[in-house]
Amino acid sequence: MQSELSSQKELNRLKRKKVIKKTVIPHVVLIFFAIIFSLPFIWLVSTSFKTPENVFKMPPQWIPRPFKPENYINAVKAIPFFTYVKNTLIISIIPIFGQMIASALVAYSFSKIDWKGKKILFPIVMATMMLPSQVTMVPVYIIWSKLGLVNTFTPLILPSLFGSAFNIFLLRQFFAGIPDSYIEASRIDGASEFRIFAQILLPLSKPVLTSIALFTFMGGWNDFMTPLMYLNESSKWPLSIGLQAFTFQFQQQWELLMAATVLFTVPMIIIFFLGQKQFMEGIVMTGFK
Amino acid sequence: MTEITVENKTSIKSNKKRNKAIMHGILFALPWIIGFLIFQLYPIIASAYYSFTEYSLLQPPKFIGLGNYAALFKDDKFLISLKNTLYITAVGVPIQLIYALIMAMLLNMKVKGKSIYRTLYYIPSIVPLVASSVLWIWILNPQYGLLNSFLGKLGLYQPAWLTNPSLTKPSLIMMDVWRSGGTMLIYLAALQGVPRSLYEAAEIDGAGKMKKFFNITLPAISPVILFQLIMGLINSFQYFTQAFMFSSGANLQISGGPENSLLFYSLYLYQNAFSFLKMGYASAMAWILFIIVLVVTLIVFKTSLKWVYYDAE
Repeated sequence: MQSELSSQKELNRLKRKKVIKKTVIPHVVLIFFAIIFSLPFIWLVSTSFKTPENVFKMPPQWIPRPFKPENYINAVKAIPFFTYVKNTLIISIIPIFGQMIASALVAYSFSKIDWKGKKILFPIVMATMMLPSQVTMVPVYIIWSKLGLVNTFTPLILPSLFGSAFNIFLLRQFFAGIPDSYIEASRIDGASEFRIFAQILLPLSKPVLTSIALFTFMGGWNDFMTPLMYLNESSKWPLSIGLQAFTFQFQQQWELLMAATVLFTVPMIIIFFLGQKQFMEGIVMTGFK
Repeated sequence: MTEITVENKTSIKSNKKRNKAIMHGILFALPWIIGFLIFQLYPIIASAYYSFTEYSLLQPPKFIGLGNYAALFKDDKFLISLKNTLYITAVGVPIQLIYALIMAMLLNMKVKGKSIYRTLYYIPSIVPLVASSVLWIWILNPQYGLLNSFLGKLGLYQPAWLTNPSLTKPSLIMMDVWRSGGTMLIYLAALQGVPRSLYEAAEIDGAGKMKKFFNITLPAISPVILFQLIMGLINSFQYFTQAFMFSSGANLQISGGPENSLLFYSLYLYQNAFSFLKMGYASAMAWILFIIVLVVTLIVFKTSLKWVYYDAE
């Protein structure tokens, strides 16, 4: 009896130990990192609502008092904010259509059409993913400059009409998963390749096309180097260049800078939450083989 | 007699079908083929040619043989930029990959609220790079920044992160770790794909945690690690935006940060091309970069034969 009880106790102790090891420790570590990784955001938002004096107060205030939402209005007024937004939208929305259509066409050729050339071309597509953009940067710039298109949006938009290796790869993987029997039946019925592509493949690919639309939009929104190279006039700048210029114009006005940074970042976070599922799936798909 | 004609007919028919498929194949691939020729193949060849010339855009290129290459190896700034880039690659990439793997493994432990943690760790990576640089410049501010105020509270030394040349690169790595949520997601998906049966079999054999990690987990996700490693290396050789943001001082276009400690390869290449208009010199740099990336990738692939396991699918 006595020994049974003690063995029961022993068992409970072991169980508890196991619970601690299995759930408490991971949670503690996860929460610790979650706090550390969230602090920069809290600091960002908190600074953006501070008065200039409180920005430099030590120790830092986490909840700004007084609370100054006017910082946002002042930040928008300090720079041609809406011009930057318009330019950013131009270079991030227009390429979506080019990317989706061109990459899907090419991916169709590489997955659903039975021809030998694809065995040579597809590895080249994959290899170009590893080509540093610096290698092609100078001659591509010279092409645009000879065409007189530097300082226009064309160099940022037109290349999307040719698709991108990453999107072609993503779509090819997706198309490869669609059974050929879907297509063969239509082929026998005499449907043209383009019809099969547009009426069968594309409607089935909505999730992956959504991922591509999201990635392309975010790519355009975040791009810094290409607009830096091609857009010299401030009337053509997107937000990324505008924010960079703003940083060095208003070096000590952190509250305005942080407000502008929040405005630049929030759309990305909203898009992420709206398209979370597509987003995560897209990331994971591109990460494999 | 009749048999032969039938055979001929079918072979003509299948030939026709094949030609049609080739035509369609090319037609559908045309956008990429054109883009490849104009924006990749031609520029690669052109940049090789420019690299043997002196070219300022204003005058036609003048052939100078290996002059640019010879000048590069005597250029201190070039050597510094190479060294800085090797540093951020050799230190930054492994730290990010290991951090992402550890976090993915923690998340894979069937903890409650996994999706909340996953989102929290992932979100920093969708902050635009320029925005995240501005934020981190503020966090790392020596007097009023968040990091130093913490260090001060703990009674620790509060360094000048962005002006001390030996701390500028670690500062960038800190930010990059904060931003490496994408890699973590990919690892997490890979970990979830490891068959449970493998672990169960190992448990029956009495394998401990360490043994399971090294003998099952790592080999099973090694193809994903290889892919992340190669992409990480290539991106790291192209390190630009963060460096541009962190180093911009009084003279935006030609700055390299304190004692050029942030003068990365791509930044110096960019400055040569677009601030100094030395297109030939920049092209020579581009080709050296191309060769470095090729060699490093090949070495990684070669050694990967020893540590990457592909299951026989």
